Amino acid sequence: MLKINEASSEKRKDFRVAIASGKGGTGKTTLAVNLSLLCAEKCKVRLVDLDVEEPNSGLFLSLPTLDEKIVERAVPSWDKEKCFFCGNCQEVCNFNSIIQTKAVVMVFEQLCHSCRACWELCPSGALQAKSYQVGKISFYREGNLEFIEGRLDVGQEQAVPVIADVFSHLDKNPFEQGLTIIDSPPGIACPTVETFGSVDCILLVVEPTPFGIYDASLTVDVARNLNKPVAVVVNKYAGEDDLLGKFVADKSVEIIAKFPLDKKVAEIYSQGLPIYAVNREITEGFSQVLDYLTTMMERARL
Amino acid sequence: MSDIREIVVISGKGGTGKTSISAALAMVAGTEIVLVDCDVDVPDLHLIMSPQVQKREDFYAGELAEIDGEKCIGCGVCQKICVFGAVQSSAERKFSIDSLKCEGCGYCARVCRVNAIANYPRLTGEAMVSTIKTGTKLVHANLSLGGENSGKLVAELKKKARVIAEEEGKDFILVDGSPGIGCPVVSGLSGASLVLLVVEPTVSGFHDLRRVLELVQMFSLHATAIINKADVNPKLTHEMKEFFAENEIEILGEFAYDTAFSRSLSEGKTIVEAEQSYLQKFEKIYEKIKKA
Repeated sequence: MLKINEASSEKRKDFRVAIASGKGGTGKTTLAVNLSLLCAEKCKVRLVDLDVEEPNSGLFLSLPTLDEKIVERAVPSWDKEKCFFCGNCQEVCNFNSIIQTKAVVMVFEQLCHSCRACWELCPSGALQAKSYQVGKISFYREGNLEFIEGRLDVGQEQAVPVIADVFSHLDKNPFEQGLTIIDSPPGIACPTVETFGSVDCILLVVEPTPFGIYDASLTVDVARNLNKPVAVVVNKYAGEDDLLGKFVADKSVEIIAKFPLDKKVAEIYSQGLPIYAVNREITEGFSQVLDYLTTMMERARL
Repeated sequence: MSDIREIVVISGKGGTGKTSISAALAMVAGTEIVLVDCDVDVPDLHLIMSPQVQKREDFYAGELAEIDGEKCIGCGVCQKICVFGAVQSSAERKFSIDSLKCEGCGYCARVCRVNAIANYPRLTGEAMVSTIKTGTKLVHANLSLGGENSGKLVAELKKKARVIAEEEGKDFILVDGSPGIGCPVVSGLSGASLVLLVVEPTVSGFHDLRRVLELVQMFSLHATAIINKADVNPKLTHEMKEFFAENEIEILGEFAYDTAFSRSLSEGKTIVEAEQSYLQKFEKIYEKIKKA
C-alpha cells in the first residue's frame, strides 16, 4: 500500500486520485469513469475531467448540466488616449505578447501568461487588465455522482489556466464525502505537472507495449519528482510479463489490477458506454481498484 | 519559400495509432523524407526506428528566476507580485523560487529592490538528430522534467528538420505530432503543408476529431484522414466518412482493429516489416500523400 505524503493531504479535506497514463489511449478515461460509476452505486463520489484539451469523461455519462462557469484570464487592454509610447510594456513582457509601434500597442492575448507586469508597471495607466475567455467549467450531478469538467476553448494553447481554475474550485468546495477521481491530461508537460501537483496520489494506467511502458516510466519520474505516490493498473494485458516485470522492478511500483486486451471491450467503449458490468472479471478488477483507493483514503484521514 | 512539403500526423485523441502509422509511412518513404517526432512529452518513434544518435544539444527556451540568498533581504515583494505562486518562503525570512511553478515572466526580478533576483535561460530539453533504420534522419527530443515550453521545443525540432531537408535535398518532412489541441499541437501545425488525421470510430475519438479539425481549419490547412480500428464500430465509421465528405477531407486509408500492430511493436518492428499485407497498403497511402 502506498504511503500518502502527509504534507500534501493535511492541507486538504478531500482525497484526490489522479488517473494518468503518459501515453494516450491506454484507458485512462475508461478507468476514471467506470470507477466513478461503480463507486456511485454505493457511495458519493466526485469525478473531475482535467484532460481539458480533449475532455471525454462526460461522453460516457450524459448527465444533466447543473451549472457552467467561464474560465477567464487577465490580459492587458490598451487605452490609446493615455499612452505616451514609452515602450515599457513591450520591454517587460517576456512572452512577446506586446508589440509597440509608433502609433499603436498591439496585444497578442494567446501568448500572454497573465503575469500582470505590463499593466502594473505601466507609468501612464494606458494598460489595464481585462478578462479574456480561455475555457469553461461545467458542473453535473446525478444521484451519488458529482461530475466537473474543465474544457479549453479550441484555438487556445495554454491548458494550465483552465486546470488551475478547476483546482481553485475544488479547494473552495472540498468534497469530504468520498473520493475525488481525476481524469488527467496525457503526456508529461505542464498540464500534467499542474495536475499532479494538487493531488494525493497517482494511479497510472499502463499499456504493456514498448510505447506504453516507456511513456509510463517517464510519468513515474514526474510523479516521484513531485513527491507523489504512484500505483499501477495494467490495461490491454496480453501476457507481456517480461516487459511489465522489468518496469515494475526498475521503477519499484505496485500493480494493483490487470485488465485483459479484449476487442469486445473496445466495441462497447466505442459506443460511449460504461464497461464495468460487462463480465465478472472486469467488475472484480474495478472493485479491486476501488477498494484499494478507499483504503488509502481512509488511512490518509486517520 | 522552399518547396519541401511538411506532412503533420495528428489525432486529437491519444492512442488512435498515430505513431504506429507514422512509423509505417516512414518505412515506405525511406530516404525521401526527414522524420520528426514532435510528441516531445512522450516521444515513442525512437523505440521502433533504431536511431543512432549523431548529434545532441541542449535546448533553452524561456527563463527561470533565481534568488540570490546572500543579497535577499526578505522584504517579500517578489512573493506578493508573483501570480504563479512560485516564490516560496524559507527559513530566516529568505525566499526561493519553485522552478516547477515559475513561468519565467521576470516580474520579480524587475521589482526586487536589492537586485537579488536574476533570470536565466531555462533548459527545455535535449534535441537530437539520429540516423534511423531506413537510412534517413530522425529529429527528436527529450523534454526536461517540468515540461515547460514544449511548443517551443516542437518549433525547434521542425526548424532543424527543415535545415536537414534543404541540405540533403529531401522532398518531405514527416511529423509525428502530439495528441490534444494545445501549444505543442499548434506549434506542430504551423508551417504544415498537409495534415494527416489518424482517427478511430469511437464516441470519444469522434468528439476529439471535431475539436482538432476546428483547429486545423483555423489555420486553413489541407487535411486528409486515415480511419484506424474501423470495424470496432461500423456505424460510427460510416458517420465519420460522411463527416469527412462534408468537410472535403480525403480518406487515404482504412484499417481494421488488429493486434498485429502491438505485436509487431513488441518485436521492435513497424507493422510493414512484420506483416507483408500492410506493406502494399502503406505504399498506396504514401503515394496518395505525395499527390494530395
